[in-house]
Amino acid sequence: MSATLTAAPPPATRLEHALEIRGLFKEYTAGKPVLKGIDLAVAAEGITAIIGPSGTGKSTLLRCINRLVEPTRGEIRLRGTELTGLRGRDLRLARRRIGMVFQEYNLVERLTVMENVLSGRLGYVPFWRAWLRKYPEADIQRAFMLLDAVGLPEHATRRADALSGGQRQRVGIARALMQRPEILLADEPTSSLDPRTAVEVLELLAKLTAAENVPVIINIHNVDLAKRYARRIVGMAGGSVIFDGPPEALQTHHLQAIYGGEDWL
Amino acid sequence: MSATHPSPEAARRVAFAPNWPMRLALLAIVAYAIWASSRLGLSWDRLGHGLGEGGRLLARMVPPNFERWGLLLEGMLESLQIAVLASAIGIAISLPLGVLAARNLSPWWISGPVRAVIAVCRSLHYVIVAILFVKAIGFGALAGTAALVVASVGFIAKLFAEAIEEISMKQVEAIRATGAGVMKVLAYAVLPQVASRFIGFCLYQLDSNLRNSTLVGIVGAGGIGGTLFAAFKRFDYDFVAAILLSIIALIFLAEIISGRVRAALR
Amino acid sequence: MNSMTSPSFGDPMAPLRREWTRHTPGQRLSRFAVWLVCVAAIVWAVRSIDIIPEFLADAPEQMADLLIRMWPPNVAHYYPEVHNALIETLHIATLGTLFCFILAVPLALMAARNICPIKPLNVVAQFSLVASRSVNSLVWALLFVAIFGPGAAAGVFAIAFRSVGFVGKLLSEALEETNHGPREALRAAGASWGAEMLKGVWPQVQPAFWGIALFRWDINVRESAVLGLVGAGGIGLVLDDAINFFQWDRVSTVLLAILAVVLVAEIIVTRLRSRLL
Repeated sequence: MSATLTAAPPPATRLEHALEIRGLFKEYTAGKPVLKGIDLAVAAEGITAIIGPSGTGKSTLLRCINRLVEPTRGEIRLRGTELTGLRGRDLRLARRRIGMVFQEYNLVERLTVMENVLSGRLGYVPFWRAWLRKYPEADIQRAFMLLDAVGLPEHATRRADALSGGQRQRVGIARALMQRPEILLADEPTSSLDPRTAVEVLELLAKLTAAENVPVIINIHNVDLAKRYARRIVGMAGGSVIFDGPPEALQTHHLQAIYGGEDWL
Repeated sequence: MSATHPSPEAARRVAFAPNWPMRLALLAIVAYAIWASSRLGLSWDRLGHGLGEGGRLLARMVPPNFERWGLLLEGMLESLQIAVLASAIGIAISLPLGVLAARNLSPWWISGPVRAVIAVCRSLHYVIVAILFVKAIGFGALAGTAALVVASVGFIAKLFAEAIEEISMKQVEAIRATGAGVMKVLAYAVLPQVASRFIGFCLYQLDSNLRNSTLVGIVGAGGIGGTLFAAFKRFDYDFVAAILLSIIALIFLAEIISGRVRAALR
Repeated sequence: MNSMTSPSFGDPMAPLRREWTRHTPGQRLSRFAVWLVCVAAIVWAVRSIDIIPEFLADAPEQMADLLIRMWPPNVAHYYPEVHNALIETLHIATLGTLFCFILAVPLALMAARNICPIKPLNVVAQFSLVASRSVNSLVWALLFVAIFGPGAAAGVFAIAFRSVGFVGKLLSEALEETNHGPREALRAAGASWGAEMLKGVWPQVQPAFWGIALFRWDINVRESAVLGLVGAGGIGLVLDDAINFFQWDRVSTVLLAILAVVLVAEIIVTRLRSRLL
């Protein structure tokens, strides 16, 4: 395993893992690590769900991957590219290969849905094109296709703040896929939605990422939803991985270990 | 039909609604800037020349010359006096005027004219008012004080009237119901509701009176402004720098103090 | 504490003789101190200010005299001199407002702590903004007349430099209030700093930006009317001439023209603001 990690990156098609994390530590204040040595390898397809109590570092883990949060030490490799040391332009080129969907959608509310979707291309298009809104025709066609796919074909010229929560998250998914990412990170994408919309959005996320062959890492609070959509479940507690396996293997005692206590079960 | 009109399918495929008004407005602004600059005789040539002049001016300003500190101190103190007096008189006049201008307390035939007076006080720049006073009652601190009183009335009385118009009339009714007279209603139902805001306006006006009192001297209405203008005319740029630094220091100090007082009031 | 324990030992009637006071002694003392400071300041100002009593006694009469001489305004003077000066004043105000953004936008970006994480740059920008604000536009005009010579160019620069502090401060506050989420999303998509500003921040501050620009333009119209008094162009020059030649009917024409323009500017700004926001 370690031999393949240190060797020069082989062709992408032969890699079994899209993302490999080794020995990842993160301390916001010195001496108090939030992440205590995470080791995780994510397959090149399917959904990996990370579950765990609030404040256990799930969100920090995702943000370390695309370096919105600076890891303290450790290695993160995206199809062979080491991410932790990147700076400036190289970092931006790496980030555009990683899509992200946020809990609070993080749309630019005063821009139209179309511009929000196209902003997923900002890592690709030069500044003047973004400024004049002269996106390449292929990008615009793909944006329309994605809007059709997420079920918002009529909303392209509406402003994002006119949409409901579920619609906004659909736009968020379209924006992330607009990057043609090699992996998609979803940080509690359904926590701000009502139960029915949450299922619909997850269904959509699973369908689209399967069609585009994009692996997904998803932070999620709802264990039932995690079991239903994920191919693999990672349970975190206290900054460490304490369960890793297929959904069928997740038993009650695992949940007790992850979340603590038993009254809530 | 479909030959002349775009099909709904094609219409939907427009990614952005073109924002023509915004583009035209931006274009108009740029065109205006160029046209107006040429009309006012602003050119790159002049700008370059000005930069050189500015450098020379700055060079003559440093180091600031505090030798005539007596003159400086005298001017600053007079500015301070003008500010204090103008604020005190302005506040004293604004209190009754504000009450009279509030449409929920005074009948329209009183509030209307009073509002007009306040509006006139507001719309004339205090330096223009200062010139008029200088011409009418002569050079000196009196003209400056009078000008700033007018400015203070325009500001405080207006905001005070607006504050009174926002009060809850239920409390006024309750005090009226006890049989209180007009002054008692004012003291027990109106003032308690607006007192803190009123003090805030007064502090703000004291602050801006202080700034403005350093200036009215330029037109001969007393204070440090006169000294500043004279130094400018004599090309004593190092003394000008000293005066400007003192003014900035005074305003800084006033801002800090009024910030403290406001924090304490909250 | 004291009032709870002492009656049981000493005077049994004490609870019945409660006294109502509006303020505690400490409060009363500090209120008294504030009043004392205010009164002392006023007394000091009155006693030491250099006011000639005869002037004071004479003042109402003189003012009335002046107003009578101003009436009726001589409207014949309006065209072309006053009119052209008025147009020049509007140009000075508008150009000054436009030019101030060249300096105000970069300074605001530097001063906003969430945009520019470099502490020393924040402080430098904040200081420049404060310095621009503490120097009045008339003083700026004096400086620029010394640089450019008398004329409208000095006026434009005076207005621009005075506005930088005001606009920059409000703009940096608007920037600091923006939501961080959209920027984070764009950064995660690999957007460069410029693209992040353009697509993540600018849409959020746009309404505030136009509001600030209009607000400052309104103020600048008022301010540019007096710049001519120190030779920086505009209608102030005409006013100064008329006053120096004691042509009071002409003075009142100029004053009315200024009033009208200020009023119209205020109406335009109110209209545009309600449409923009």
